[in-house]
Parts: sequence; C-alpha cells; structure tokens
Amino acid sequence: MAETPQKAPAGEAREKVPMMQQVLDNPFLLLFLGVTVPAVLYLIWGIMEVASVPVGQ
Amino acid sequence: MASIDATAAGSGVVNAPYRMCRFTGLKVDQAAETLIKVHAVTAVIFLALGGLMGLGVALTRWPAVQILPPEWFYLVLTGHGANVLLFWIIFFEMAVLFFASAILLGSRLAAPKVAWLGYILMLVGALMANYAVLRGDSTVMFTSYVPMQASHWFYLSLIVFAVGALISVMVFFATLVVAKNENTYDGSVPLVTFGAITAAIIAVFTLASGAIILIPTWLWSLGLITEIDSLMYKVVWWGMGHSSQQINVSAHVAIWYAIAAMVLGAKPLSEKVSRMAFLMYILFLQLASAHHLLAEPGMSASWKIVNTSYMMYLAVLGSMIHGLTVPGAIEAAQRRNGFTRGAFEWLTKAPWGNPAFSGMFLSLVMFGFIGGISGVILGTEQLNVLMHNTLYVPGHFHGTVVAGTTLAFMAMTWLVVPLIFRRDIIWPTLAKWQPYLFGIGAGGISLFMMGAGTLGVPRRHWDISLADAAHRAVEFPAAAYLMMGLNGLFAILAALGGLVFIVTVVASILAGPKLDGPDAKMVFPLHDASRQVSEYGSEGTLKLPGTIILVGIFFAAFVLYYFVNWKYLSELWLFN
Repeated sequence: MAETPQKAPAGEAREKVPMMQQVLDNPFLLLFLGVTVPAVLYLIWGIMEVASVPVGQ
Repeated sequence: MASIDATAAGSGVVNAPYRMCRFTGLKVDQAAETLIKVHAVTAVIFLALGGLMGLGVALTRWPAVQILPPEWFYLVLTGHGANVLLFWIIFFEMAVLFFASAILLGSRLAAPKVAWLGYILMLVGALMANYAVLRGDSTVMFTSYVPMQASHWFYLSLIVFAVGALISVMVFFATLVVAKNENTYDGSVPLVTFGAITAAIIAVFTLASGAIILIPTWLWSLGLITEIDSLMYKVVWWGMGHSSQQINVSAHVAIWYAIAAMVLGAKPLSEKVSRMAFLMYILFLQLASAHHLLAEPGMSASWKIVNTSYMMYLAVLGSMIHGLTVPGAIEAAQRRNGFTRGAFEWLTKAPWGNPAFSGMFLSLVMFGFIGGISGVILGTEQLNVLMHNTLYVPGHFHGTVVAGTTLAFMAMTWLVVPLIFRRDIIWPTLAKWQPYLFGIGAGGISLFMMGAGTLGVPRRHWDISLADAAHRAVEFPAAAYLMMGLNGLFAILAALGGLVFIVTVVASILAGPKLDGPDAKMVFPLHDASRQVSEYGSEGTLKLPGTIILVGIFFAAFVLYYFVNWKYLSELWLFN
C-alpha cells in the first residue's frame, strides 16, 4: 500500500500557503464564521419569525 | 515514567514549569496538567451522580418495576439531564481543550489563574443546580420549558456554570495565541487540536445562546419580568440545548483521531479532507437545533427546511467524512503495522483488549449507526412527525451522547490516568471489559427507546400504562412494554459498566502502580509512533478495502432505514 507521509517539512511554512489553509489556520476567523452563520440562520431568523406571529386577542 | 521537571521553556518566552512525558515525548505544562486532573475528576463525580439518577429513570419507566413515584421521577429526570448532559460532559470537554492546546502544542497554558476562576464558577454552578433540583422546587426537566417555573437558583446556577465554561474556552483560545507567538509548533495545528477548536467555537455559540435566554428567564423567576414567550424561549434555548451536544460531537471526533494516533500510530488519511469536515461542523452543525421545533406551528417551513434539511445535511456530510476517515486511518496504520492479510486482518488483529481502543471503536460504530442515522430521520421535517416528542428522541441522543460521546470520553480516560495522573490501571481485566459492558448497555438503551418511540410511547411520561389518567385514550401494544423492559435491563448493564469505570479509575488514581520510575511500563501500551497525535501529516492513501466495505454497509443501512420510515409515513394517509 502506498504510504506517502505528508509531514510538513521545516521550510514549508515559508512557501506560499493556499488560501483555504490560511482560513483554516485562523481560529478567530473560524470563530467569527462559526458564531455568525448559526446566529443569522437559526437565531435571528427564528426570533424574527416568532416576533411576526400575530398576538392573540 | 521519566519525567524531567524543569523551568526553562525556551528563549524569549514566559517560563513555566513543565515535564517531558517519556511515553509520548510530549512537553507537559504543569498548570495545564493540574487543571486537566481536576476537570477530569470533577467530570467523573458528576457522571456518577447523573448516571445513578439515569438508572432511577430507566427503572421507573420499566412498567413492571416503576421504582420511583411521579414526584421523584420528574425530579430525578431533571437532575439526570443536568448532571450528565451538561456537567459531566462539559467538565471533561474543558480537560480536552487544555490537553489539545497546551499539551499537544507543547505550550504553556495562558492565564492559569483565570482558568481556575472558570473551573470554580463551573463547580459552584453545578453544585448550585443540584441543590436547586434536589430541594424539589425546580422540577422542570432539562428543557425547562416556560411557563413551567423553577427556583431562581436553578437559572442562576446554569448562568454561573455557563460563564465559568466560557472563561475556560477563552483560556483555550488564548493558549492558541501563546503557542503561535512563542513558536511552539510549525505550520498548522495538529488535527486533534483543530477538532478541539471546532468544539470551542460551537461552545461559544452555545453559551451565548444560553446567556440570551437564561438571563431573562432568571429575571422572570425573580418577578422582574412578567412573561417569557414560550416559543421564543424554545427557539433560543435550543440554540444552547442542542448545540451543547454538538460540542460533544466535535470533541469526541477529535478524541477518535487522538486515540487512533496514540494507540496505533494512525495519521489522518488527508489533513485537508478531515479539516474540511470539521469546517462543515463549524458552519452548520449548530443549525440542527431546529429539529426540536419542526412541529411548532409558529415557525415557517422555510426556516425549518433551511436549518434542517439543507444546512444540517452539510454537517451530516462532515460526520460521514469522519466516519470514513477515522476507520480508514486505523486501517492504514494497521496495514503499516504489518496486518495486511485480506480485507479485515487490520480489524480482527486490532488491540481489542485495550479499553482505549475498544471504547473508541465501539463509540465510532454506535455513534454512526444509531445516533447518526436516527438524527437524520429526526431532522427530516416530514419524517419527524412520526416520532416527534416520543421516546425515540431520547433514544437518538443516548446513541449520540452516551454510546458516542460518553464512551469516547471513557476510552480517553484510560489514557489520561497513566499519562496525566502517572498511575497505571490497577485492574486491567476489569478495564478490558468495561467498554463492552457500557457500550452494549448504552447501545441497547438507545435502540429500545427508539423502538418504543416508534410505537408512540411519549418522551417524558412517568407511566406508559396511563393508569392514573381519567380517560385512557391510548393503549400501547404489548411490544412497547417489552421495549421498556429491555430498556431497563440494558440500563442496568450500562450502569454496571459505568460503575466498573468509576471504581477502576478512582482506584487507579489513588492506588495504581506509579509510572514515574525509569523502567515503568504501561499495562495498555501506546504505539511507538504515538507522538503522531501532536503532528501534522496525512497518510495519503485510499487503498482501504476493509473500510470501503464497512462504509458500504453503513450506507446500505442508512438508505434502508430512511426509506422504511418513509414507508411508515405513507401509511398514515390511506387513500381509498
């Protein structure tokens, strides 16, 4: 079976890092995305739906 | 264990005492080590308490036994939910965060005193919640839906606990910054740390949602707010209630990768693919909270379908990727270790006697087959009506949180005891059997509750015979009673597995053979390449015949079960 270890050589960090890897290497960008997406799609949209239910008389 | 206590941590950085672990070669920051110990021990204490309450719940719902009267049943059910779904799990997760940051990155822990503050707040919150529940005026169950009202101490306790947990999560993020600034690692963080980052991100959303809803609810319990809208409460509360279980999923998947690396020397098949799967969790996993609201008339079909059937499937895709890459990484490692015959020698010759491995693999299989598949069924709006608010729901989440997360955390504990407490397992034979006892018990609980739920047994009612009801409109079939009895029997088995776990772990910590001598050996040894857990690198192969067959079986089960439920649904409408 092919075993092709891809351990990052020491000099790799100085090479151009792909954009997706830069995104994944930034925990605070991920934190922003991971809070914003559910906050908008689930919480804010959900709260707006509840707020728009007519009040019973 | 050869440990070198030293105070030097590299030039130009803050000095912090650490030791070198001779089994893994990892640099162990002493502040992080102590915090891991106290969080893990506290977690196990709450597991014992919550587990005992869980046994009381199962033995009450077994109609032939019905051990608790109704008032006690609902009280114990409330305590069971809080102790195991929140306190056991989140205390252990904080230990995982400190391990995945300070230990795996070879860094000092940022702000240990702040981390202690977080721990103390969590402990105070957890004790306060138990006090509020046990004194009998907060019997509102885990969901605590308004307008049911608990004592203000109950809501305050959860707020204090959440603030403490949030502080610990911030220490985790700060430790990532410290490690980066002090160059303790090159390039990208290890995959296990990336999984922990995923868990921490979901934790921030979870705890923020908890604060948004629990603070006004606390004010309502104090009489300072006149009313909390029940649907508004449900929407925001589930942002905490279900997302807290998604922290577990991310943490236990990270643990699967960690145990595979430490016990078998496994590398991820592809760092890129596994990280993309975790990214799917970060973006979409929390949205699954909406499946609890699929029967709410106040929410639109668009909101329900976007949050569940569209976005949730992207998170499911992430889980299915891990479901391929974790056993795939194990197969690749085992083949590298020399087990190359046929499609399954890697699996049959795996270290099934090592409780860390067996617990991890059972967790992987049961999470996928039981918790995962049933989660997709519950998340499909049309199918959800078949079992909404029935016992199927607890069946599903016992498949994810008990058979999946708890078993994975138990498996990790068999490594934490020798590596962090530096005590070997005192009774290896008991430890060897523990994952099977607990795993089979937990699997049985999940399946039989799901079976009873499919027959319509309600989620929370004390007595399925409805003996004290004025009008018995529903009569459940005999099979439902059988399911509840089997649920009780398997709960006893799981409780036995839990007892063996707690007794063996505590005895090992207190009196297990010491592992700090130069010739000491672990009774359940690590792989020579266990250091892989803290490194970046892919296996880079897809020649995995055994894993492909296993994944094929999973898909067949998934598709079959999915369509069986559509068949059930079609029988609800008879067009003659």
